[in-house]
Amino acid sequence: MEFQKYDTGGFFDELFDADGSSRPEAEPLFRRFASLSEGEIEQRQKAAEAALYHMGITFTVYGSDEGTERIFPFDIVPRIVSAGDWDIIERGLKQRIHALNLFLDDIYNDQKIIAQGIVPPELVFSGSSFRQQCKGLSPPRGIWCHVTGTDLVRDGDGQFYVLEDNLRCPSGVSYVLQNREVLKRTFPVAFEALKVRPVTDYPNRLLETLEYLAPAALNDPVAVVLTPGVYNSAYFEHSYLAQQMGIPLVEGRDLVVMDGYVHMRTTKGFERVDVIYRRIDDDFIDPKEFKADSMLGVAGLMEVYRQGRVALANAPGTGIADDKAVYAYVPKIIKYYLDEEVILPNVPTYICSEEKDCQHVLDNLDKLVVKAVNESGGYGMLVGPHASQESREEFSRRIRANPRNYIAQPTLALSRAPVIVDDHLEGRHVDLRPYILYGEDIYVLPGGLTRVALKKGSLVVNSSQGGGSKDTWVVSGAVNNQGGEP
Amino acid sequence: MLSRVADHIYWMSRYIERAENIARFVDVNLHLMLDLEMDAHQQWEPMVSITGDHAWFKEKYGEATQKNVLRFLTLDRDYAHSIITCLYHARENARSIREVISSEMWEHVNDYYHFVSGSGAAARLLYQPHDFFTQVKTNSHLFNGLASGTFSHGEGWNFGRLGQFLERADKTSRILDVKYFILLPKMEYVGTAYDNAQWAAVLKSASALEMYRKCFHRITPAHVVEFLLFDRDFPRSIHYCLNQALQSLHKITGTPPGTHSNTAERLLGRLMAELNYSDIGEVFETGLHDYLDDFQAKLNIVGDGIFNTFFALRPVPEKVLMGETRQ
Repeated sequence: MEFQKYDTGGFFDELFDADGSSRPEAEPLFRRFASLSEGEIEQRQKAAEAALYHMGITFTVYGSDEGTERIFPFDIVPRIVSAGDWDIIERGLKQRIHALNLFLDDIYNDQKIIAQGIVPPELVFSGSSFRQQCKGLSPPRGIWCHVTGTDLVRDGDGQFYVLEDNLRCPSGVSYVLQNREVLKRTFPVAFEALKVRPVTDYPNRLLETLEYLAPAALNDPVAVVLTPGVYNSAYFEHSYLAQQMGIPLVEGRDLVVMDGYVHMRTTKGFERVDVIYRRIDDDFIDPKEFKADSMLGVAGLMEVYRQGRVALANAPGTGIADDKAVYAYVPKIIKYYLDEEVILPNVPTYICSEEKDCQHVLDNLDKLVVKAVNESGGYGMLVGPHASQESREEFSRRIRANPRNYIAQPTLALSRAPVIVDDHLEGRHVDLRPYILYGEDIYVLPGGLTRVALKKGSLVVNSSQGGGSKDTWVVSGAVNNQGGEP
Repeated sequence: MLSRVADHIYWMSRYIERAENIARFVDVNLHLMLDLEMDAHQQWEPMVSITGDHAWFKEKYGEATQKNVLRFLTLDRDYAHSIITCLYHARENARSIREVISSEMWEHVNDYYHFVSGSGAAARLLYQPHDFFTQVKTNSHLFNGLASGTFSHGEGWNFGRLGQFLERADKTSRILDVKYFILLPKMEYVGTAYDNAQWAAVLKSASALEMYRKCFHRITPAHVVEFLLFDRDFPRSIHYCLNQALQSLHKITGTPPGTHSNTAERLLGRLMAELNYSDIGEVFETGLHDYLDDFQAKLNIVGDGIFNTFFALRPVPEKVLMGETRQ
């Protein structure tokens, strides 16, 4: 495979310098690539895909022949993150998660940050993910957000920015673990030479995080993963995590509230549950307090939770802190609670509910990316420079009708990474979602999901919109250059 | 163990066993085609009659040619009792408990399903039906072997065994019954080479011919029925299957053998006792078909008992309601 022809296209590339030579941390990888015979890389790509298919990590393609299944697209060229870059990411995420948890505890209790005029009250209380039901709540150990998957992007200057905080039920970590399993087999020598930091103890750490939340007196708490069921698109992940942790995977119908505790229905009767890692949205977890017609949740769960007789991860109500309008205030939130400057900056954000910003947005729709504050997965989004005149007008109408629901950001020159296209490499835009656990302390998994927009020129990396993934190798610095790829 | 999980393991195992037995079922006919000169058309019509879904078949396929009937029983996704539908359900059940079973089991169910749903399946079925059905059988055996070798032999495994052996008992009784449906002996055939070949085909489709010969040497109807109903050691005989199912049931509950602590144990224990103290004379007195019919009805009641005892702490899911026992 030839790398000389690789064109960075003027973008910041994760593996190549501007002049087309490989970055120092990626050098051993390309040396291995060069030592492989003609067609070998394509063959390894196919083998990796076959392995994923065999493991059943597939989703059903709707609208095509019944039973057609595809794997979540995966590119075997890893994205490599240098030790120096990772240090900034790790410190930045710890700072951010720490502050956001303090923020959540504050707005559902004393609301000091609002009283001090740092964050406007209407912004918080008008957010559709602000939960009245959570007022006065004090979750076990004072932690609200135990599992986070923060979306980071890199701009043309190579600087990392936080694009979105995902504080509800972030998914994708199972792909990180599975991609790693496959890639370790695909490039064992390069993997060894680069001293890639391991991700395999994530399930253990997650279980520790969950058990840390159980009522202190219990020696052997029962933790479970709560899933909406097999038809949920992230079901594979729920099942995989439960399996890796060795704890039951339950559905709402398996649980029942009795005598003030949550129980699961077993073949030997009812068994008490102490910690629930719930992968169901707030709206559905308890029909008595949220959506009354929810079939997925457990009636009475919230009351048991308030009594401290069961722990939930994440706590209900965390969504308000990843509201895209609240996001714009995170640097101020960090300053207020921690008295520190933000380590990982935000992307500059215009809040449409603020008149001045709104006018700027409406005047510059062709340059900006507009996002609905409560949507995810790449929905409810306008990429101005690539959009048609009609859709820009449509968004203009929507913004005017409901300004609180929209924010806008400049179109970033997202960094790219090489992917295999037929017999050569081409650059595609990527982002990075690291995973953070907050238990006894804050832990950032060294790696994360690199999502890649496989469509040429596309900026949307979401899997629902034609995105794929890559393994992310955080290297420890020292590089061992011995040996050739077998 | 969660009731729902036990339910899924039980049905996963039943569907894997069922897929295998549909293959065995069709095999009776394929063997006969080889062993006897018969009118091919006559030969396939009864296979449809046995299913009880004759009208449905006529509507969709028309004539009962080999090609149509094989497709109907094997690859028809619309038909609730085809091999592919069974494997679809086996896989969906497995998907719901993949964190409970071993990866080897899940990956195999997955491959097994892809084997019948893949693009080459239709051609293979048409041109090499023997190979196709042999592979179906082998795949089910492989699953059972993987389960036995990689899945802890605790409660979950015993629920799987329970499902597997109840399903197998039911299907062995139906394979025996094929003789009644397809091969209704004309009096003048009884005891001829022709009759013997038919019984040999029945034995072959239960993989029982060689083991039978070690016991009885020559083929006689009474001995074939006796072997498939009452043999204590042959792993597809009805007696053996019920005994295994009963043992698994007692391992699940911890109740001593010979006693019962719930409906499932009481019903299965009683059926076992009936079989223990019955003999071939009684079977022929009742008439083979009626005897088998009665047995299948009782086995269904055992299934209901298991459902009510272990799985019914929750609303009845549709899957269980349509978890058919009729063929």
